[in-house]
Amino acid sequence: MTEFPKTPPRYSATFTPAVNAEIRRAAATGIYDIRGGGTKRHLPHFDDLLFLGASISRYPLEGYREKCATDVWLGTRFATKPIHLDIPITIAGMSFGALSGPAKEALGRGASAAGTSTTTGDGGMTEEERGHSKTLVYQYLPSRYGMNPDDLRRADAIEIVVGQGAKPGGGGMLLGQKISDRVANMRNLPKGIDQRSACRHPDWTGPDDLEIKILELREITNWEKPIYIKVGGARPYYDTALAVKAGADVVVLDGMQGGTAATQDVFIEHVGMPILACIPQAVKALQDLGMHRKVQLIVSGGIRSGADVAKAMALGADAVSIGTAALIALGDNDPKWEAEYQALGTTADAYDDWHEGRDPAGITTQDPELAARFDPVLGGRRLKNYLKVMTLEAQTIARACGKNHLHNLEPEDLCSLTIEAAAMAGVPLAGTNWIPGRTGF
Amino acid sequence: MQSFDLGKDGLRALNSSLHALKGQTNMTAWEVINPKGAHAIAAGVDAPVEITVRGSTGYYCAGMNKQATIRIKGSAGPGVAENMMSGTVIIDGDASQYAGATGRGGLLVIKGNASSRCGISMKGIDIVVHGNIGHMSCFMAQSGNVLVLGNAGEALGDSLYEARIFVRGTVKSLGADCIEKEMRDEHFLIVEDLLRQGEADGKAKPEEFRRYGSARKLYTFNIDNAAAY
Repeated sequence: MTEFPKTPPRYSATFTPAVNAEIRRAAATGIYDIRGGGTKRHLPHFDDLLFLGASISRYPLEGYREKCATDVWLGTRFATKPIHLDIPITIAGMSFGALSGPAKEALGRGASAAGTSTTTGDGGMTEEERGHSKTLVYQYLPSRYGMNPDDLRRADAIEIVVGQGAKPGGGGMLLGQKISDRVANMRNLPKGIDQRSACRHPDWTGPDDLEIKILELREITNWEKPIYIKVGGARPYYDTALAVKAGADVVVLDGMQGGTAATQDVFIEHVGMPILACIPQAVKALQDLGMHRKVQLIVSGGIRSGADVAKAMALGADAVSIGTAALIALGDNDPKWEAEYQALGTTADAYDDWHEGRDPAGITTQDPELAARFDPVLGGRRLKNYLKVMTLEAQTIARACGKNHLHNLEPEDLCSLTIEAAAMAGVPLAGTNWIPGRTGF
Repeated sequence: MQSFDLGKDGLRALNSSLHALKGQTNMTAWEVINPKGAHAIAAGVDAPVEITVRGSTGYYCAGMNKQATIRIKGSAGPGVAENMMSGTVIIDGDASQYAGATGRGGLLVIKGNASSRCGISMKGIDIVVHGNIGHMSCFMAQSGNVLVLGNAGEALGDSLYEARIFVRGTVKSLGADCIEKEMRDEHFLIVEDLLRQGEADGKAKPEEFRRYGSARKLYTFNIDNAAAY
């Protein structure tokens, strides 16, 4: 009998094995997938930009010899006590509850040793982080978990959180598994139940109200503290303009690569914009209002290296913020825990079920035994090292571009590798003077 | 009594003076004249003083109050006594939206009506309203008591946690996971105490109130409750 060639099995580009697995999981469990972290999809990012470096027309600075400053002032618009940081890389808000107490301590230790700030999170201020953070930014969130005027006054700055890049327009949910006695007590809720964080503030609704809310916060804190407003990457031009109108000292802009402790995967992957597309819009809003460098811009979402820092600042940011990268520096997703990651059905560098509280590295957990694995002193040292390396990397690039301060980097120092990045970042495609959307077509 | 003319000396001077009272006990009575609806009047006070505001206030009057007794001889704008920690705030007139929002302690008394979202996300405060309360009141209220001598608007107690709500009149509708519950002996005592503290003695009797609380069905996510969200 003649054997005819058979058509080989062909996977659908639409219904891929991963898509089908998710359909099966949803059908079996009746619940959407919840996870931590930021988007995992491929997006136009800082990797799609390159620095041009010096040439005949640009004069470089001598590496390691000539000064390239890295400091930044935040809150110079209205606050009588603005913040001065040695480096423009801050630690983003991550809550006690999402993270263990020792992990929060380590963030404070590392940030302070490197000369930068750390930020509280949904759930209030802990003694660990206040005690170990030289400069601490206090998040003012819709849930107001743990909010009180004493901590407000103990903070060095206040960050009003309107949204975050992982879920612009969304609230949060700390699942019952992570609600220990201490977490429950700080949040005024029973132990072990899911704790919802509202997506809107309870006592203001729009930019006019926000302006009055800022007035109240300034009055309560004697006009000393810088007021930041954090927004997710949704409509960065208008959000930045409205934040300025409302009276912000600092705008914090978080792209969709920014992480979260827990939310729906569908939210993380399908809502928001990449940070590359957000920065030029925010900078333009500040420039149009004559407020660039007067209201400082901190950007976050996928910052990993000094190159990313330098690129963000070249696009006009005053500083950056890191969250996911800081957790990895502490030891999150470390391959040394691979056997335990495997037991959880995942693998190192892919673990994202932070909401379940079973983190083998002892960072995103409230389990006392797991948390005890994490050494906050060592973790702090690792974070300090990482921040120092990022700073040196950014300085190296800035010197090569002839800049004696990271703030002197500019879009003219950059080119784009892809048409998409050129359009989003507003810098020319490499080898051309073409910026899609700006130069005629 | 210290008298402060807000129209003449301004908000910053008022709040600076009031904040400076922390730890002092020799200036216990203040009056604020010409408030003219200004925002953030007496916000962030942390001293056992008595402050009388002679007129109506704007947003966030008595915000984050600790220890002080603040009387508003008029009506209050949005967010009065928001995030109050302790002390007492008494409003002779009506209160706008979000009265007592996220309050953690103390007592808020509204002798007129309260608008929408009264007691939203409250975390331990007690609120007594002599009149009615508006829609979405006590949304996500976590703990504390709300006593309403009049009626409640739509979606009362939506997504409620452990706060107790007592309403004497009608409730237009209950929000998700909010149900009527039995009035037990301890609840009659709570109501009696709130009526006394809330300067509503003789206006109502504890047995005239109904109690509303959380059904606790949304405390842990369940897909079969999706229609409630």
